[in-house]
Amino acid sequence: MNDPPHPAASPPTSPHGGEVSLRVVGKPLPKVDAAAKVTGRAVYADDMLLPRTLHCKILRSPHPHARILSIDTSAARRIPGVQAVITGADLPVKFGILPVTQDERALEHEKVRYVGDPIAAVAATEEEIAAAACDAIVVAYEGLEPVMSIEAALSAPKDERIQDYGGPNNIHKLVALEFGDVDGGLARADHIREDVFFFQGNTHLPMEQHSAIATYVDGKVTLWSSTQVVHYVHRALAKVLELPMNRIRVIGAAHGGGFGGKTDPFAHEIIVSKLAMLTGRPVKCTLSREEVFYAHRGRHPVLMWVRTGVTSDGRITAMHFRSALDGGAYGSYGVASTFYTGALQTVTYDIPAYRFEGCRVFTNKPPCGPKRGHGTPQPRFALELHLEKIADDLGLDPVELKRRNFVKPNTRTVNWLRVTSCGLVQCTDAVINASRFHDRGKRPGHGMGFAISSYLSGAGTAIYWNDMPHSEVQIKVDRGGVTAYCGAMDIGQGSDSVLATIVAEELGLQPADVRLVTADTDTTPIDLGSYSSRVTFMAGNAALEAARKMRAMLAGAVAAKAGGDASEVEFRDGRIGGFSFEEACVLAESRYGTLTSAGSYTPPRIAGPYKGSGVGPSPAYSYSACVVDLDVDTRTGLIHVNRVWIAHDVGRAINPLLVEGQVEGSVYMGLGEALMEEQTFRKGLHKWPSMLEYKSPTFLDMPEVETFIVETIDAEGPYGAKEAGQGPLLPVPPAVCSAVHDAIGVWIDEIPVTPEKVIEALRRREKGEPPRYGPPHFPSIPYPPTIKVEPPEKDASTAAI
Amino acid sequence: MRHEVERDVERVVLALDVNGETRDVLVPVHKTLLEVLREDMQLTGTKHGCELGECGTCTVLIDGKPELSCLLLPVQLEGRAITTVEGMSHGPELHPLQVAFGELGAAQCGYCTPGILLSAKSLLEANPRPTRDEIRDALAGNLCRCTGYTKILQAIELAAGRMR
Repeated sequence: MNDPPHPAASPPTSPHGGEVSLRVVGKPLPKVDAAAKVTGRAVYADDMLLPRTLHCKILRSPHPHARILSIDTSAARRIPGVQAVITGADLPVKFGILPVTQDERALEHEKVRYVGDPIAAVAATEEEIAAAACDAIVVAYEGLEPVMSIEAALSAPKDERIQDYGGPNNIHKLVALEFGDVDGGLARADHIREDVFFFQGNTHLPMEQHSAIATYVDGKVTLWSSTQVVHYVHRALAKVLELPMNRIRVIGAAHGGGFGGKTDPFAHEIIVSKLAMLTGRPVKCTLSREEVFYAHRGRHPVLMWVRTGVTSDGRITAMHFRSALDGGAYGSYGVASTFYTGALQTVTYDIPAYRFEGCRVFTNKPPCGPKRGHGTPQPRFALELHLEKIADDLGLDPVELKRRNFVKPNTRTVNWLRVTSCGLVQCTDAVINASRFHDRGKRPGHGMGFAISSYLSGAGTAIYWNDMPHSEVQIKVDRGGVTAYCGAMDIGQGSDSVLATIVAEELGLQPADVRLVTADTDTTPIDLGSYSSRVTFMAGNAALEAARKMRAMLAGAVAAKAGGDASEVEFRDGRIGGFSFEEACVLAESRYGTLTSAGSYTPPRIAGPYKGSGVGPSPAYSYSACVVDLDVDTRTGLIHVNRVWIAHDVGRAINPLLVEGQVEGSVYMGLGEALMEEQTFRKGLHKWPSMLEYKSPTFLDMPEVETFIVETIDAEGPYGAKEAGQGPLLPVPPAVCSAVHDAIGVWIDEIPVTPEKVIEALRRREKGEPPRYGPPHFPSIPYPPTIKVEPPEKDASTAAI
Repeated sequence: MRHEVERDVERVVLALDVNGETRDVLVPVHKTLLEVLREDMQLTGTKHGCELGECGTCTVLIDGKPELSCLLLPVQLEGRAITTVEGMSHGPELHPLQVAFGELGAAQCGYCTPGILLSAKSLLEANPRPTRDEIRDALAGNLCRCTGYTKILQAIELAAGRMR
């Protein structure tokens, strides 16, 4: 048997050189799971009802902050139909998504830190019995003073701290970094401006409530869950259940929406696994909608202060940015979120000197974590509005001022982030021209606003530091067709379709010809999951490598049979050279044995030489620009959005239909955050934990969206592709605020822009006060001494360092 | 709220017409149509997002009109025609709305899709040429968090054109 050939190192498909003509990449094809989704056949976790399934309910804390004195489960255990009751004593091992914040227990037995903290769980033959058994559990509490705001968390606690790490007081994390000479930059400036902004927290509100079902068979746990990251759930289960990973299997069920809300390992996933181990029966837990609001891990409320120096022609000389994040009761992704509030300012604007001071506090509220844009929509909102105000001060057109500071492709930012492809100019041109931004007519109450943004195509470092690839793909080919295996989880964004498209492109097939096995820790190689917009870039590159190896084997076998050069063999329309795909498979399998190939992707090592540099680097950044057109009713304060133009530099659209879907969905979610969505609390209770009262945009609220896909063909992305799932949300909230200012001349420096805030700002203007609604000041925070980092060479080569 | 477990709960035998087939079910009187469809009839194409009548996810058709199955009791529904997403296609042939949703990427995570398809089906049967605003009105009770609604509107218009 012959050794498989090495794939050609040079890009793909064209034997004739030059720009490859792509057959399926770039085509608006239906998603590979479209039929399953439109027929109701797709099986979501709660759709599974295995024989003898027990139903699980979780008893949760009614108090925001309290010590647990005792838990009495005896009455619950006596209820007929109850099969098991567990408390924190059964699951004492702590877990958490970040290695540095292992601060959660599946069930708390010493102390509760937010309303909704899990305390005990019941498995029973019926859901109603499990719920009644939870009611029968008697818990004695000793109440502690709750800490409900950033300001309160910065002060000395009346009773005790929420967590026993971090500090001083209820501070979780502090960071202070300086790149270049900020004081010198400010001294050189012709104009310096300071502003304070607030971005209220909001939540993901996936249509599907979190759900998980576990079995325990032959000493092995199998969990099907609505999760974005089977690998991280796998790790957390192994740790808490104290089982080796090879005795745990995690399978991603069909996924009913994540947006970041299902990227933490959750208590209910651990609980059903433990209950399955104790009862020997399948155990299912589906959170109620109210529980989903308390599970949260959503957008952090962030207070921000920014001071920027500019020259008289609007060029930035230095920037100093401070953030304070209200983190809720646990760490979650919070350390990363904190760094993200300071990381990406520099990837859109050329900031020659930059200081960032960040702080996250613990409060007695559901933990915040990553929501679409993870820690970057808040500073993006602040930064864009701040620059609008500077343009106002200087009498410059804000679009022009921003353009003058745009980063250039193939540069390195002052905080060591490597910028490669960058379509900022093209994106800006597209939306400014299409919206006729500069020739708009003026009528009372009408305004337009412009903003830009950027986002990662996958984090350059893993959640837990290691040297392994971030994504791995295997391909098997035989007479029965092509199967691709990957741990990536399709959460509706279409990652399965992207994988199928890439494999199909290389093998001359259609995406529908490629069978996929994804998100199953037993059968698929590891991919780190659907977060940080990483799947197209990372799993896509892994799939490309695996597919090119497979292609080389098929081409080699065909060339050996028919004569000629393997690199000249054409793959198209289900034929390889002069053979059908099946015939070519027979030739290749005869020649090489079992036809399998594997590919993997490891991001380049591009993190800067300082602590905290792991947050921000990405192998490529997407860019977006947005114009919002709206009317403000000055009598009611109501805002009516007429139209949104958005351009997104996705590198290359592997499937333009899916890219548009991500962009439109991002605009929608950005408008919801800008205008109505807020996750707020009264005495520890969520003010509106229901889909009726938590306002989100309906069909009636959503304006027409005009989407422009900008392609910059990134040198490292698969076929040049970058991300699309998160970046296009970011410019929407600031563009809304900027349009409101254009319309009625008041600044709303706080998200969401509710009618009350608009009316209050107008009232202040009438009284001769500053025409603004927003936070009055930024609190005093005990930031640590600033770590000074020497900036890199600006035009450093794009090669990895 | 305290949860009561009534073990001698009243159960009834009902003949329900679901997707043109009449099936007898034995269910507690307080069980919702949503629960009976999913748990007793294994028709899990009908999803739930809130079970409080707020999100539209569990929409089914009762005599051709969209209703929220989480707020209906099967005891009310004997003799009424219940249509779920499983009843939209004719054998292996998908309904034009299902085809258009697939073609245009109107289903992302797909969780709200069954309810939206049924609301749209009811609309197009009553109004074969809806304007975009009429579609928005008809679907205002169905939330979707993925799509921004844009591709859903386009898909309904595409299907409406093909069905005329």
